[in-house]
Amino acid sequence: MKKEDIPQDTGAFGKITKEVCYATDAEGHYTTDLSKGWDVKNSANDAAWQDIEERVKTAKARVLKNEASPLLYFMELKLMDIKVLAGYTGFWPWQVRRHMRPEVFKNLSDRRLRRYAEVFEVRVEDLKNMIPQ
Amino acid sequence: MKLPFEHIQAAHCENGVTTSLLHTIGIDRITEPLAFGIGSGLFFTYIPLLKVNNGPAFAFRTMPGLIFKRTCTALSVPVHREKFRSKEKARQVLDACLDLGLVVGCQVGVFYLPYFPKEYRFHFNAHNIIVYGREADRYLISDPVMEMTTSLSSYELERVRFARGVLAPRGQLYYPKIGSPVTDEQIARGIKKGVIRNIRDMLHIPGPIAGVSGIRYTGKKIKRWRDKLGPKKAGLYLAQLVRMQEEIGTGGGGFRYIYAAFLQQAQAFHPDQALSRISDTFTRSGDLWRDAAVQAAGIYKGRIGSQEDFNRMGDYLLEIAELEKQAFQALAKINWRP
Repeated sequence: MKKEDIPQDTGAFGKITKEVCYATDAEGHYTTDLSKGWDVKNSANDAAWQDIEERVKTAKARVLKNEASPLLYFMELKLMDIKVLAGYTGFWPWQVRRHMRPEVFKNLSDRRLRRYAEVFEVRVEDLKNMIPQ
Repeated sequence: MKLPFEHIQAAHCENGVTTSLLHTIGIDRITEPLAFGIGSGLFFTYIPLLKVNNGPAFAFRTMPGLIFKRTCTALSVPVHREKFRSKEKARQVLDACLDLGLVVGCQVGVFYLPYFPKEYRFHFNAHNIIVYGREADRYLISDPVMEMTTSLSSYELERVRFARGVLAPRGQLYYPKIGSPVTDEQIARGIKKGVIRNIRDMLHIPGPIAGVSGIRYTGKKIKRWRDKLGPKKAGLYLAQLVRMQEEIGTGGGGFRYIYAAFLQQAQAFHPDQALSRISDTFTRSGDLWRDAAVQAAGIYKGRIGSQEDFNRMGDYLLEIAELEKQAFQALAKINWRP
C-alpha cells in the first residue's frame, strides 16, 4: 500500500484515536502514518453488531415464550457465551446451562441471582423482568 | 508518582508494549517491525471447530505473548512474568513494581476497558497495556494502539486484568530486566532466527489449517460457504475474517505490511539484496489481502453474493497462499551474515 492510499474513512475507533498503518513512500521505503479508519472494516464491524442485535432479539423472544430464562437475554446483551458467563459468575458451565432453563431459574436462590445480577450490572428485580440497565 | 516514560504509538499492542518496555531499559533500537519479525509474528490459521464471538476463529499472527518472549530471548534480556490467583496480590505486586521504578506490561481484556469505544468492546482478552505510574487512585496507562496516554481507576484496572473467558489474563504482568547492552550481532542473530522460525511456522507445520496451507484451506472452504451456510451467515463469516485481518493492531493487510517493513529494516543487518525483493512480495501479499477484503465487503454488505463472487473471494486466498509460499521459500535461501 502506498502512503497516499491509506484510507481515512472515520469509523468508531477513528472518533477516539487514529491508528498506525504501515505503507510505502515514493521511494518504496516503509513508513507509518495515521488512519481514521477504512470503510471496508467499518462495515465488517457493523455486520457483526447487526448480528448481535438479532441474537438479542431472538433471545428476548425465546424468554417471552418461556423457552429460556432471562439469563439468555442478558448473556447475549453482554456479548457473552456460556464459558465467559461461567468465568465471571464463578458457576460451572453446566450450571449456567441449567440455569438457562426457565423452570430451574424460577427456583434459584437470591444469593445466586445476585451473582448474575452483579455481572450483568442490573438489580435482581430487573434481572427477573428482563429490564436492561 | 509518574515514572520516566515515553509513549510510543504502534500498530499492534504486543509489538508496541515490547518496543516501549525495551526502551525503558535502554534498548532503543528495536522498532515495532523488528520486534514483530524477531518474534516471528507472521502467521495464519483457521480453526474450524473453534468459535470466537459466534464466528469462525482466524488468526493472522502468532500466539499472544510469544512476540515479547521471543524478542527478549533473542536479545538476552531476562523477563519477569507473573500470574495471580488473588486480585489483592495482583495489585500489591503492581504497586511494588511501580514503587521500585519499574514500568510494567499487563495483559488485559478489552470488554470493560472504558477508554475503548463501545463498538470495539468484545470479550477479547489478549490486549496489552503499559502501567507507568500512579496518582492517588488512578493508574497511568500507555496503550500502544492509542495516540495518547490515558488512565484507569484501580477498580477499572483490576476489572480488565481479571477479565474472564478464553485466554483469561489472570492479572498477568511482565517486565524486562536490565541485562548487558544489546549488540548489532545480537540483533542480526535474532533476525535470522526469527525468520527461520517464521519459515517453519508458515511452511512446515503439518496438517491443513496452519501457515500457507491454512490460507489455501480457507480459500477452498470459502467457495463452499454460500451453499453450506447460506448467504447471510457466509457473509458474517467473511466479515469476521476481515475484522481479524484489518482491525486495530495489524498495521493493514493482516500484518503483511509490518513484515515487509521488517525485511527492509533487516537489510541493515544482513546485506543480502534479496531481502528487499522479498519485502516487495509481502507488500503485494498485503495488497492482495486488502483487495480480498474489498471483495468480502461487497458480499457482507449484500451488494454482491453470487457463487461466482464467492469463487473469486476464495481465489484471492489461493493466490495469496501461492505468493507467500514463494516468499518464504525465497527467505529460506537468504545468505545470512554469520
